[in-house]
Amino acid sequence: MSAKRRKFLLLNMVTAVGRSVPRRDGAAKVTGEARYIDDLVVAGAWYGKTIRSTIPRGTIRSIVLDPAFDWGGSRVVLVTADDIPGENVVHLIRDDQPVLAPRGGEIRHKEEPILLLAAADRSTLEEAAGHIRIEYVAQEPVFDPAHASEVYTTIEIRKGEDVEGVKGVEVVVERSFTVGLQEQLYIEPQGAIASPNSDGGITVIGSLQCPYYVQRALKRALQLTDQQAVVIQAETGGGFGGKEEYPSIVAIHAALLARKAGRPIRLIYDRHEDLAATTKRHPGVITHRTGVKKDGTLLFQDIDILLDGGAYCTLTPVVLSRAAIHASGPYSCPNVRIRARAVATNTPPNGAFRGFGAPQSLFAAELMVEHVAERLGMATVDLRRKWMLRLGDTTATGQKLTESVGSELVLDAALKAVSPVSPVSPSRPSIRRGRGLSLVFHGSGFTGSGEKKLSGTVAMEALADGTFQILTASTEIGQGTKTIFCQLAADALGVTIDRVRVAPQDTSIVPDSGPTVASRTAMIVGRLVQEAALEIKARLQKEKASLPLRVEKSYIQPDSLQWDETTYRGDAYPVYAWACTIADVDIDMTTGAVRVTDLVTAVDCGKALHPVMAEGQIEGGCLQAVGWATIEEIKMKDGGYQNDRLATYLIPTALDAPHIRTILVEDPYSRGPFGAKGIGELPMDGPAPAIIAAIHDATGVWLDEVPATPEKVLAALSGKRS
Amino acid sequence: MTVRFTLNGRDVSFEGSGAQRLLDVIREDLRHTGTKEGCGEGECGACSVLIDGELVDSCLVAVGQVERCQVVTVEGLQSPLQQAFIEHGAAQCGICTPGMLLAAHVLLQHSERPSAADVREALAGNLCRCTGYTKIIEAVLSCAT
Repeated sequence: MSAKRRKFLLLNMVTAVGRSVPRRDGAAKVTGEARYIDDLVVAGAWYGKTIRSTIPRGTIRSIVLDPAFDWGGSRVVLVTADDIPGENVVHLIRDDQPVLAPRGGEIRHKEEPILLLAAADRSTLEEAAGHIRIEYVAQEPVFDPAHASEVYTTIEIRKGEDVEGVKGVEVVVERSFTVGLQEQLYIEPQGAIASPNSDGGITVIGSLQCPYYVQRALKRALQLTDQQAVVIQAETGGGFGGKEEYPSIVAIHAALLARKAGRPIRLIYDRHEDLAATTKRHPGVITHRTGVKKDGTLLFQDIDILLDGGAYCTLTPVVLSRAAIHASGPYSCPNVRIRARAVATNTPPNGAFRGFGAPQSLFAAELMVEHVAERLGMATVDLRRKWMLRLGDTTATGQKLTESVGSELVLDAALKAVSPVSPVSPSRPSIRRGRGLSLVFHGSGFTGSGEKKLSGTVAMEALADGTFQILTASTEIGQGTKTIFCQLAADALGVTIDRVRVAPQDTSIVPDSGPTVASRTAMIVGRLVQEAALEIKARLQKEKASLPLRVEKSYIQPDSLQWDETTYRGDAYPVYAWACTIADVDIDMTTGAVRVTDLVTAVDCGKALHPVMAEGQIEGGCLQAVGWATIEEIKMKDGGYQNDRLATYLIPTALDAPHIRTILVEDPYSRGPFGAKGIGELPMDGPAPAIIAAIHDATGVWLDEVPATPEKVLAALSGKRS
Repeated sequence: MTVRFTLNGRDVSFEGSGAQRLLDVIREDLRHTGTKEGCGEGECGACSVLIDGELVDSCLVAVGQVERCQVVTVEGLQSPLQQAFIEHGAAQCGICTPGMLLAAHVLLQHSERPSAADVREALAGNLCRCTGYTKIIEAVLSCAT
């Protein structure tokens, strides 16, 4: 072959990874053809509704169905806890959450599901709901986590010496930080459609992140086998963790109604119900005591975390775990004590939300750097450089960082990307301008032995027509799963991307590759997709394999990763992604309004498999964090959310949003596909502390809490003046 | 009552209460499900449609109000914006995309060279939780002549 010809061939070897190929679901989404759960037409389906408690704590005294109303089964179907064929439990970590409050049973939060109704049309459904009277015996609710008696879980992490006895400490700084509830606010509300199958089973189609979580929950509550419980993901309009565990409840409710009615049931929440009843980000209080030398040398960190889990456990222990492990920040400290606990209160349960505890604890850790630097009279960037984890350093759990440590890379990249900020706008004298910076890390994949225990499985098929199919339970929720899996497989197979497709997320078709959570899809499942594709390719080349050819790959934990669940020592995560965020804010000194004007974030993602989608995911996460830090406040009233409508729970619009610039930095991770690390949650971590630091830069006051609403900013400003 | 209007250029008629939400008539009676319901109270813009060229939240409009009007949904849109949304990563989960596209389309109908600030203003009634808006704004600006 001539050199010229060889060069021509090389130029035509266009790879998919690293290029921003058109997203697989793009065409359907820009034409209106994509079918979300509420878009599906199911013949003969009735509408379902959940009847919920109106008190935060007590017992049900009586449920009275108005005898004047026609409750005939041909008109309306009613499901109580007595209709549950299996266990009255929403399967997750603990068995504390009932599917429906049992008659005479305990009510632990407002909006707790008590009864289910279905009817052929919405007006009959609403009419029926209006003819049910539930009487309660109220009990005194617990709302203050500091006074909660029930503890879900505690965690203690210790490194080095006892923090009480560390020698040479010259300065000790102590601060407390408060973080608020936050709603995921996927724009598509929760929903599921359940249909009875001829084998006595149920098929549920839903807006969801984790088909196998829903399947396990269905099996247990409805006493079904694997084959009888079929769960299919519809196109899903956002999740952010909000569709990790909650869809199990929606699915079980729809399935119970479908079973009793003997017909399909649509159970689609409206926004009000979704806001009022579904899980939120855990609020909490994090207290730091940090000991340093006068030159800034970090000697100890003593950290206390309290998270409010709400009325049922949901995923709280795992959220607390991630919060605790990230609590010391991306810093190397010889002596660390982290004590974390999560408690029960009588508010609706809190659950998974992008970041999963880390945004809460990193908010405190990052502001603590600011406070220590201020006390020592040091520049915060210099102090971060002094403290930051680098290659070879050990984290709070004693994990030695052996590769892909992008801490310094992202700090330098972000600093380089910004120009000096002008402190005051001369045309608007009431506006003060400030800038803040944060440095964060986020563990990719499940915590500790999570991936090992799960051992997620993917399959790949080479089909007779020369195409390839990827089979995983990993869902597309906007982040690009379908596209990046095709990119990874195409390059591993050495074929063009149009020959690869993703099988539907249907538990009767795909193996359990695990939930679509924990920044694990690209890195952990993507690696398995790559491995399966490589094996298919090898077998096709070696043997004259008959098609279709199927290969399965399951996760195997490398021996180098060691984790001790009991002592919280070892490799907490396979690897970490890193981000440095710089926020510029304008503060209106008369109204207290905070406006984030510019936001730059540099992210070490290992390898950007699809740069445009990676940037998009980062920018979206950053804005969600900007909302949490500034305007997304949930006000409580009698154990419920006072602002449980979209008119009162505000998220950033295009006008509120800063211009967000993303800088992708690639320090590859050897076990990630093409070097990639998980970055789905990381962008939620950095903006909040950067914004609070920017507010301080502009005004000279510390808030130490989010959201920094105008009322809180004004209160802080007046406190400074008095 | 009978309400007659055009949907994406095609004559349609609806028999029933004129008080029904236009959103439900479009989605359930006329089976055009590209228009989405995000909140039902005019806050999110997912249900945006064009009525005689104006951007409107169809959850706040009674079908009786569109008698003899021209209603356009995402299914009737043919715009370079659609390809630009794919290329620039302006659609992620996609649930806000139909409304966002229509809002951007209206802007480009009225403004040949909008600034980034104009785009933000024009899209301010359409919430997106995935993108942070940066990529959407880039996509819209790429289509400005």
